[in-house]
Amino acid sequence: MSDDAPRQRLVVVGNGMAGIRTVEELLALAPDQYAITVFGAEPHPNYNRILLSPVLAGEKTFADIVINDFDWYARHGIRLLLNRTVVNVDRARRLVVADDGTAVPYDRLLIATGSTPFIPPIPGHGLPGVLAYRAIEDTDAMIEAARVHRHAVVIGGGLLGLEAANGLKRRGMDVTVVHLADWLMERQLDDTAAALLQQALESRGIAFRTHGETRELVAGESGRVAAVRLADGETLPAELVVMAVGIRPNTALAEAAGLACQRGILVSDTMQTYDPRIYAVGECVAHRGVTYGLVAPLYEQARVCANHLAALGYGRYAGSVTSTKLKVTGVDVFSAGDYMGGDGTEAIVLHDAKGSVYRKLVLKDDRIVGGVLVGDTTDSGWYFQMLREGRSVAEWRHRLLLGRAGCVPGETGSDVASLPDTTEICGCNGVCKGKIVGAITTQKLTTLDDVRKHTKASSSCGSCTGQVEALLAATLGGSYKPADASRKPLCACTGHTHEEVRAAIREQKLLTIPEAMEFLGWNSPDGCATCRPALNYYLVCAWPHEAVDDAQSRFVNERVHANIQKDGTYSVVPRMYGGVTTPDQLRRIADVADKYRIPTVKVTGGQRIDLLGVRKEDLPRVWADLDMPSGYAYAKALRTVKTCVGSEWCRFGVQDSTNMGIDLEHAFDRMWTPHKVKMAVSGCPRNCAESGIKDVGIIGVESGWEIHVAGNGGIRTEVAQLLCKVKTRDEVLEYAGAFLQLYREEARYLDRTVHWVRRVGLDYVKQRVVDDADGRRALYARLLDAVAGQPDPWAARAEGAQAREFAPIAP
Amino acid sequence: MSDAVETWTNVGRLEDIPRLGARVYRSARHGDIAIFRTAADGVFALLDRCPHKGGPLSQGIVFGEQVACPLHGWTIGLADGAAVAPDRGCARRFAVRVDAGQVMLQVDRRVQDEPEVERCVSQAT
Ligand code: SRM
Ligand SMILES: Cc1cc2nc3c(=O)[nH]c(=O)nc-3n(C[C@H](O)[C@H](O)[C@H](O)COP(=O)(O)OP(=O)(O)OC[C@H]3O[C@@H](n4cnc5c(N)ncnc54)[C@H](O)[C@@H]3O)c2cc1C
Ligand code: SF4
Ligand code: FES
Repeated sequence: MSDDAPRQRLVVVGNGMAGIRTVEELLALAPDQYAITVFGAEPHPNYNRILLSPVLAGEKTFADIVINDFDWYARHGIRLLLNRTVVNVDRARRLVVADDGTAVPYDRLLIATGSTPFIPPIPGHGLPGVLAYRAIEDTDAMIEAARVHRHAVVIGGGLLGLEAANGLKRRGMDVTVVHLADWLMERQLDDTAAALLQQALESRGIAFRTHGETRELVAGESGRVAAVRLADGETLPAELVVMAVGIRPNTALAEAAGLACQRGILVSDTMQTYDPRIYAVGECVAHRGVTYGLVAPLYEQARVCANHLAALGYGRYAGSVTSTKLKVTGVDVFSAGDYMGGDGTEAIVLHDAKGSVYRKLVLKDDRIVGGVLVGDTTDSGWYFQMLREGRSVAEWRHRLLLGRAGCVPGETGSDVASLPDTTEICGCNGVCKGKIVGAITTQKLTTLDDVRKHTKASSSCGSCTGQVEALLAATLGGSYKPADASRKPLCACTGHTHEEVRAAIREQKLLTIPEAMEFLGWNSPDGCATCRPALNYYLVCAWPHEAVDDAQSRFVNERVHANIQKDGTYSVVPRMYGGVTTPDQLRRIADVADKYRIPTVKVTGGQRIDLLGVRKEDLPRVWADLDMPSGYAYAKALRTVKTCVGSEWCRFGVQDSTNMGIDLEHAFDRMWTPHKVKMAVSGCPRNCAESGIKDVGIIGVESGWEIHVAGNGGIRTEVAQLLCKVKTRDEVLEYAGAFLQLYREEARYLDRTVHWVRRVGLDYVKQRVVDDADGRRALYARLLDAVAGQPDPWAARAEGAQAREFAPIAP
Repeated sequence: MSDAVETWTNVGRLEDIPRLGARVYRSARHGDIAIFRTAADGVFALLDRCPHKGGPLSQGIVFGEQVACPLHGWTIGLADGAAVAPDRGCARRFAVRVDAGQVMLQVDRRVQDEPEVERCVSQAT
C-alpha cells in the first residue's frame, strides 16, 4: 500500500490476552496496514491473566506478568484507551462508543471481551469480602485480605478455585474449599486422580467439603462476610469468600449490537461474526458451538484472525483439543481430551497410591483419546501430541504407561534433545521444538528470556520452562547456564550475580560505585534504584574506612537518618540501649516534643520511643536538643536489642540480661548490614524478651548463654535456631559478632539473616562461627574494625554536616 | 512563544543540587517543586508529589533520567513526569533551564509544548 493512502482503522475492544495476541500477530504480518485503537476496561497494560495464581502465591509480582508495557503500545503507534468500557457499537455508522463518551470510528472491529466470573445468587453474595478471581484487582484484594484476616472459603474446586486456595494458604490463611460435585476438578479428572490431588492439597493444610452446597453467606458485625453456611447446617468461619464456580462469555456488547450469540458470540472459521467487518476472538466467542476457557485455543484463534485481517485469508480455525495443567507448585496434574472414557474406549491405568502417582490413558482403536496424569507429568507433552496427531500406539501399547523412555528405545524421558522437531513444547503458544531450536541457532539466543521474547515459548503459564531450558542447554552445549536463582543477576543493569559483584569489589579493591560499574561492565550509566544501594553497601562492607559512601545511592531514610512517613514528615527514634532510659532522657524527649510541636510520641515495639511527624528542616535541631545517639530505626543496621529485667530484679532470672543487651547494643551500634538486624537478650528460658524470633537471640541459662540465630518476627514468623551455648559475656560478644560479620560479608543485600541462613545452611554457619576458632576471631576482629571510629550520624548533622539535605534550595 | 510573557525565576546555583539528586523549591503558588540533576547535569523540574500517593519525589533515588519514589518505589520519568509501566500516572512538569550556572525555573506556566502522553490523560478518569 502506498504511503499516502489513508490507513484502515482497526478498533479492538478488550485489552486482554486474546485481543492483544491478535494485534501482535497482525503487526508481525502487516505492521502498517491499520491505525489501531485499543479499548480496555481494566486500568493496566495487557498482562498475563494465567499468572495471577503465582502472583497470589507470592512467586511473582504484577510487574513480572505484564506482557506488553506501555512502551510497546507507543512503539507500534497503538492508541490505548484504558479505564473505558465500550458500551455501544453503532454498526450503521461504524462507530464504537465508550462509557465516558469517547467515540471512535472503525473499518474493522475486533471484539475480545473475554468472560465474566459467574456469581451464583446465594444470599449474601454481595457482601464485602466476597470476591471473584479474574483480575489483578481481585488478586490484590485477596493478598490484602490474607494480611488481615484468618479464614477463607473458596467456593468451587476447579482449576481456578484450587489455585486460589493454594495461594491463600501460602499467604497464611486457613482455607476451606467447598465443592458441589463428588470430586475436585470433575471436568478434568476422574475420581481416583481427584482423590490423589485432594490428598496432596490436604497435606498442605487445605480443607475440603465435597458435596458441599453453600446456602448462605453470613455477615458479621462490621457488615463484612463472616461465615459460610452449608446446606447440611455446618457453618465455616470466613472473612474472605472466593467464588470460583465458573465463567460466562462476556457477550453483552455483541448482543446489544445485534450480533448473533449463543452462549458466546457466534463466529465462522475465519473468526468473523455475522457482520463480516466485526471479528471476535477469545473466551467471549462460540466457535462451532464450543467456547474455550484456556489460552492455547484462543491463541490459535488469534493467529487465524490476524491472518484474515491482514487480508492473507488462508487461515482457518477448525477448533482445538485442549489440555489442562494445574499451576500449584509441587502438585503436578495434567488432563486432556476424553479423560473419563466410556463406550467403545478402553483405559489403561497405573496407580501407585502410596507414591501418589496415577497415570490413565483412554484409548480408542489403539489411539489415545484422553488421559490424566498425577504426580509425574513429564510425559504429558508426548502423550498429548500423540492424542492430537491421532497416532496409533499399537506398537508399544503394553509399555505405554512407562512413558516415552519406556517406549522409544535408547531414550530417557527428560532427554529433549532426542525429541522430533515437530514435538510441541509450549502448549499455550503452540511452539514446537524445531522452532525453538531454530530461533536459538539463527538468532544466537542464549537465555530463557531471549527464547521467550523471540518464540513466546514458556511465556504464558510457564509449565514448560524446564523443557525450554533443556533445549537451550542441548543446543548451546556447555555455554548455557540455566537461570536458577543462584545465578540471578543483581538487577537488569548487569549480568553479574551478587556474589560475583562482591568478589570483584574485594579482589580488585574497588572503592566507588562508578569504579565498580566500570570494572564490571554495567549496562546502564548510573544503575538503578535496585543496584545502587546494593553496590554502596557492598563497597562500604568490604572497605570500611576507604570506600566512598555515596549518599545519593542510599534510600532516603539512610540518607537523612530518619524514617520518611506517608505525609513526607519524618520520625526520630533515639537509642535507648537495652531499653533502659533515665528521667533526664525522658525529660529531654518531652521538651523536644513540646518545642517542635511533634504530634505523636509513641513507645515502639522495640522498647524505645518514637517521635513521629517531625518536619525535615527541624531534624538537625531536634537531634541537637535531644542529644541522644541515633537509634538507626531507619537503616539496614542494628535496630534494637530488646532485653528483659533479668537477674538484677527478676526472681527467676539466672543471668544479667539487661546489661548483656546494653553491651551488645554498644558494641554493634553503628554497623551497616544487608538488611536490618534485631537482637534480644532474655535472662532465663521464659524468654520475656522474645529472643526466639530475633536475628540474634540470647537466652540466659544456669551455665551461661544460649545463642540463637536467624529468627524473624516479621512478614513470616521464623523461629531462631540454636547456634551454640557459651559461658561468658565476652564469648557472647565474640560469637554473636562473628555471626553478624559472616552475615555482613556473605549475605545478599536485602537478605534478612533467616533468608541467608536458609540458603547456606546452619551447618555451614556453625562450621565458620563455632568450629573454626581462628576464623571466628578473625571475623569478630573485622567487625570491630568496621565499626571503630564511626561518628554518630545525628551528632554530625546537628553540627552542620550535610546541611543542604535538610533545607530547600531557595527560601 | 510571542504571545506569552515568560517569567523565569532564579532558584539558585546548579552546584547546590547534588548530582543524581534533587532540591526542593517552595513555590507559593504550587507548593513544593522538585528540581533534579542527573549525572550528565541534565536538570528537570516536577511537582514534588508522586502520582501514586503523593510521595516527595525529591527524596527518591535518581538514575538515568528517572527517579524512584521514596514511598513505594514507583519509577517516574524526569522528562515527561510519567510513571513507568506497569504503573500509571503523571507528575506535573515545570520548565527549567540552566543559565551560566544558575537554575532558572518557570513557575507560572506548566510545560505544554508536547502533547500529553495518552496514559496520563486516561489516568484522570
Ligand atoms: C516503629 C515500629 C512500630 C511501632 O510503632 O512499634 C516499626 C515501624 C516500621 N516498621 Fe517495623 N516497626 C517496629 C517494630 C517491628 C518489629 C518488632 C520488633 O522489632 O521487635 C517487627 C518484627 C520483628 C522482625 O523484624 O523480625 C517489625 C517488622 C517489620 C518488617 C518486616 C521485616 C521482615 O523481614 O519480615 C518491615 C518491612 C521491611 O523491613 O521491609 C517493617 C517496616 C517498618 C517501617 C520501617 C515501614 C516503613 O518502611 O516505613 C515502619 C517505620 C515507621 C517509622 O517511621 O518509625 N517492620 N517491625 C517499631 C520500631 C521498633 C524500633 O524501636 O526500632
Ligand atoms: C486465575 C486464573 C488462572 C488461569 N490459569 C490458566 C492456565 O493455567 N492456563 C490457561 O490456558 N488459561 C488459564 N486461565 C484462563 C485465561 O486467562 C483466559 O482464558 C484468557 O485470559 C482469556 O483471554 P481473553 O482475551 O478472551 O479474555 P481476557 O484476558 O479476560 O480479556 C478481556 C478483556 O476485555 C476487557 N473488556 C471486557 N468488556 C469490555 C468492554 N466492553 N470494553 C472494553 N474492555 C472490555 C476486560 O476488562 C478484559 O481486560 C486462567 C484465568 C485466571 C483468571
Ligand atoms: S508500623 Fe509496621 S506493622 Fe505498623 S503499619 Fe507500619 S509497617 Fe505495618
Ligand atoms: S507515593 Fe510514590 S510510589 Fe507511592
